[in-house]
Amino acid sequence: MGTDEVDRKILLPGDEIDEEDLKPGKGMFKRDGKIYAARLGVKRVRSGYANVAAQSGRYEPQEGEKVIGTVTDINSSFWMVDVNAPNPAVLHVNDVPWMVDYGDTASYIDVGDAVLVKITSVDEQNKMQVTMDEEGLKKLSDGQIIEIAPAQVPRVIGRGGSMISMLKKYTDCKIFVGQNGRIWISGQLEGQYLAAKAIKMIEENAQAVGLTDVVKEFLEENTDRF
Amino acid sequence: MGSNEDIELLKDGKRQDGRDFDELRDINIEAGVLKRADGSAYIEWGQNKIMAAVYGPREMHPRHAQETTKAVVRARYNMAAFSVPDRKRPGPDRRSVEIGKLVSEALEKVVFTERYPRSVVDVFIEVLQASAGTRCGGLTAASVALADAGIPMSDMVASCASGKIEDQVVLDLGKNEDNYGQADVPVGYIPRTDEICLLQMDGNLTIEEYEEAMDLSIEACKEIYEKQRQALRDKYSTELNEDEIEELKKEVK
Repeated sequence: MGTDEVDRKILLPGDEIDEEDLKPGKGMFKRDGKIYAARLGVKRVRSGYANVAAQSGRYEPQEGEKVIGTVTDINSSFWMVDVNAPNPAVLHVNDVPWMVDYGDTASYIDVGDAVLVKITSVDEQNKMQVTMDEEGLKKLSDGQIIEIAPAQVPRVIGRGGSMISMLKKYTDCKIFVGQNGRIWISGQLEGQYLAAKAIKMIEENAQAVGLTDVVKEFLEENTDRF
Repeated sequence: MGSNEDIELLKDGKRQDGRDFDELRDINIEAGVLKRADGSAYIEWGQNKIMAAVYGPREMHPRHAQETTKAVVRARYNMAAFSVPDRKRPGPDRRSVEIGKLVSEALEKVVFTERYPRSVVDVFIEVLQASAGTRCGGLTAASVALADAGIPMSDMVASCASGKIEDQVVLDLGKNEDNYGQADVPVGYIPRTDEICLLQMDGNLTIEEYEEAMDLSIEACKEIYEKQRQALRDKYSTELNEDEIEELKKEVK
């Protein structure tokens, strides 16, 4: 994997990282010239930075990530969207694909609606902007949304998208995995049910070796039923 | 610090429960015991049974309590009605508010609060069974719960008390030692930087006795720190072995 080096040992807060020529990256901090882990996770070294890949905890929004949110509040010119982060995000009328008249926001997206959005900015105050005005982003009006731990999102997607494409193939559903741990599943009800079950299985056994095979076996056996 | 001449706290160089002067009670810590919380821990410390849960960082309510530049660590300490021999009247009282404040401030020292402005990290400490030393046990469990919740921090806090009974400095006071002893000194310790983040004293000690008590507590905290780390490693140690994979496959069938 080139510069992407993974160390399976679990790091705990305060653990010293024994690498002098690296810089502290995500989840790390530097004191007295030494690098320490700031949170629980595994070490990832990437382009000169030592990072902690979190194994637990809430979603930490990053610019450019696609997430699934629910609308919690409406204003005349923007919506407030909960994306599972510490603070809600702002979706402005300029960032939706429609021409929305001032004060007419509620007729397009209402409180409780689910939206697939992209984070455009996160400032140092943790204030977030999201957009829906881009290919593939939309209001989610059918299907169901399930939630998993954000740390397990890479598992559900799999290496190079292997896991997610397998899920789509066997369940014949549209599935979108938001980086914030919310997953949208749409399609035939049986397929949705099976996909949700498989995803829960992945979450619970996220660290298992050969997980893809186990999930494949599970899907093969159950797709016969419908 | 009531004194009672009839109670014999020391006998033949041993304490009531047979411990040496510098011996801890049995401590067992388990991380991630609650599914709904972002992080949690359960500790059994002698007869103490304490649960800690962490939520957040999340939006701070009430809004006026938000800090614009950093997160607030808000700990709540609560004793269950059934945690003590006589029923404890439920709800916050002077003592539990004090301990909540104490724990909040001790944990704020290690949490990188500046990474989450306008947010709050909620810590709940529920004492299910109490037998002296619950604030130390609560703080110890809360640190594990914070780490389990993936909260960025510079280190975990370990905590332990020491005190004086019958003119002898001892570690980790038990129930009778606490009630009838001469002094009780709870200490919160940050091992990586060798710092103290919680210190109280009930009773009187000479400077020499105090220094002896501190040495005992700090040594004990280092031992407890290892147990905290082991609890987290136990939960997160990855890579199932082959048998477990087989089992998983069977389960699926």
